[in-house]
Amino acid sequence: MLDLIKLRKQHGYQAIPDVRGTELLSTHRGFPVIDESKCEGGYVNCKDICPTGAIEINPLSVDLGRCIFCGECEKACTTGAIKFTSEHKTASSKRQLLNITSGKSFKEYEQAAIDSAKEIKKMFGHSLKLRQVSAGGCNGCEMELGACSNVNFDMGRFGIDFVASPRHADGIVITGPISKNMAPALKDAYRSIGTPKLVIAFGACSISGGIFAGSLELNREFLDEVKVDLFIPGCPPHPLTFINAVLKFIKK
Amino acid sequence: MNWLEIKNLQSVSLKDIPRVHVDDLTGEIAGGLRSGKRLVQFFGNEEKDIVTLYVILADDNSSKLFVSSSNFDGNKSYRSITPLVSSAHLFERELYEQFGIKPEGHPWLKPVRKGIPGINSREEKYEFFGMSGQDVHEVGVGPIHAGVIEPGHFRFSCHGEKIYQLEIKLGFQHRGIEELFVRNNARQTYLLKLAESVAGDSVIGHSGAFASAVESLSNLDITRRAKQIRTSALELERIAVHLGDLSALSTDVGYLTGSSVFGALRTKIINTTMALCGNRFGRGLITAGGINFDISTALAGKIISTMDRLNDETTLAAEVLFSSASVLERFEKTGIVSKETAREIGMVGPAARASGLAVDVRSDHPSGGYEFFPVHKLTLNSGDVFARAYIRFIEVQQSIKIIKEQLENFTAGEIKKDVKQLDAEKFAVSLCEGWRGEIAYVLITGKDGKLSRVKIKDPSFHNWFALSLAVRNEGISDFPLCNKSFNLSYSGFDL
Repeated sequence: MLDLIKLRKQHGYQAIPDVRGTELLSTHRGFPVIDESKCEGGYVNCKDICPTGAIEINPLSVDLGRCIFCGECEKACTTGAIKFTSEHKTASSKRQLLNITSGKSFKEYEQAAIDSAKEIKKMFGHSLKLRQVSAGGCNGCEMELGACSNVNFDMGRFGIDFVASPRHADGIVITGPISKNMAPALKDAYRSIGTPKLVIAFGACSISGGIFAGSLELNREFLDEVKVDLFIPGCPPHPLTFINAVLKFIKK
Repeated sequence: MNWLEIKNLQSVSLKDIPRVHVDDLTGEIAGGLRSGKRLVQFFGNEEKDIVTLYVILADDNSSKLFVSSSNFDGNKSYRSITPLVSSAHLFERELYEQFGIKPEGHPWLKPVRKGIPGINSREEKYEFFGMSGQDVHEVGVGPIHAGVIEPGHFRFSCHGEKIYQLEIKLGFQHRGIEELFVRNNARQTYLLKLAESVAGDSVIGHSGAFASAVESLSNLDITRRAKQIRTSALELERIAVHLGDLSALSTDVGYLTGSSVFGALRTKIINTTMALCGNRFGRGLITAGGINFDISTALAGKIISTMDRLNDETTLAAEVLFSSASVLERFEKTGIVSKETAREIGMVGPAARASGLAVDVRSDHPSGGYEFFPVHKLTLNSGDVFARAYIRFIEVQQSIKIIKEQLENFTAGEIKKDVKQLDAEKFAVSLCEGWRGEIAYVLITGKDGKLSRVKIKDPSFHNWFALSLAVRNEGISDFPLCNKSFNLSYSGFDL
């Protein structure tokens, strides 16, 4: 009994008080800032080294939907044309906004990145229940989504929870590149959710196929049939990236 | 000689690997296993329409690996070894699925990663084992499960509440990883990132095993400092997952204190990994030739003090958890796997050690940082959920000690060397004790010095079957607890 009390005291209060204002460690690779004027071109080709084809040159850009934030381009670029900041609010409600071009500041990006219809707040603002479906996810994204509900991030305090049955859900969160073998089950789960419903693509794999893009074992047709409401970049995205994106989307 | 004797991370010329007739080879495998060896790999490689079967056995006592091979030149079948060697059952099914080589007399020749309805009409349909009779019923779960986890299908045959038989059908996560390795074999950076994504909870384990194999193929010995950082990162990964599992096991028995406390401790550890390399799961840390991020003296000091604190905090939390009657009532004598069964089906990792089977690559086939500071194998005997939970606690303590040993005796030096061209027509084996157990990579290079075959084995490949056996005669409501006590990888199995 005394040990239990001691343990509760040791545990203390773990929840992050302000999930909106919390900054991550400086080592975290978040929003990249591009300064093309520093690019001397040709010496080390960041485009070639990028494992997921996220970089385009002339003009230089990084597609956060493909980027796995490995930092190889930053390391390869000796002149500092691409630099990752620790800013974690990288999510967007529009796919094309994820393409970061030279000179785009984080502040500028953040202001425009997430936009939603005004009915969204009324429908989902007080309670949002989500069904997560892993379709070829490696368990990285799954663990970070699980972490959203743990004692540190405690997403439930905002009325946002993961539920077991799609019948209880207001939306679907997809992780993984959508393997052929999971494509039918993903469609079934989506169809089982009542309308109106949200679709959230979590992680580089679900947004673009990520490191698995080009695999013959994928079937990404599902994404042609539905409109994705929220894109959460990362490999895996940080729990704060997800929570902040959802909060902003439901205007909470 | 029918076997070539090598050590972990030793690469050999393909032409030095003995070629024997398949019936002789299977006979020798059976003999080897009878004399205490372990089946590590058994896979095919197709070149110019000829399929070659490669087999690796391990002698854990002498730290030796034995490699042999056999050609299927025109013949598309052979006599199955599974009736003699149970641990070969999935390997033979995989060989059949990937290359169409049929093991005649295999008692359970079903698809491994295919056979899912509606995907491909030419595929063989997966037939579940069925039971019939009064009060007998089936429960199907998945592929999508209740929680935020990966997909797989579980088919229970029950009599009332009691599980008679559980059949686990996987393959839903199949992403064609082995093929992606070979197709992109010119892109070194890509390959490393792909290895990181085989199983996202074993990033360091998989990328470390792959990088070590690449280094072996280019005769590169990475610096001692790089080895120490890799070892520390692998142990951080082990600590983080073990703590997460203790949290989840607590959740599954409704013990919320344990759920919260171990969950919070885990967060501290993955944030330590983030301080090291910018990612909570260690992505980006390992590269072929060394590592990408150094540990400064200040960070090393911080990690050591974190480890000291963690040791005290985990010990207190574990004492409370393992003295709670309501927890022990659920943990003890639930989901037992005996040592004999563990050996017979070739279990690995902490699950095997919890059943008394002393297998640990860190000690049996040491490489990297484990060469400087030997690891003592920890085992328990009861083989139940309690043992699989308790072994996680004592392994956390052990990992803390290993990390401190590495960082208190940190060697100065470079962290990365350049990787030269890989040797042509070579065969490299890399074993690594991930937190789930033995991760095994085999890399084969072609005439051009590029990878022509990559065979990956996640420890889950051995251990899923153990879960099936563990739940027999248990109540179906104990399944989630048993499942969590193994915490196996879907993506690592499905590839």
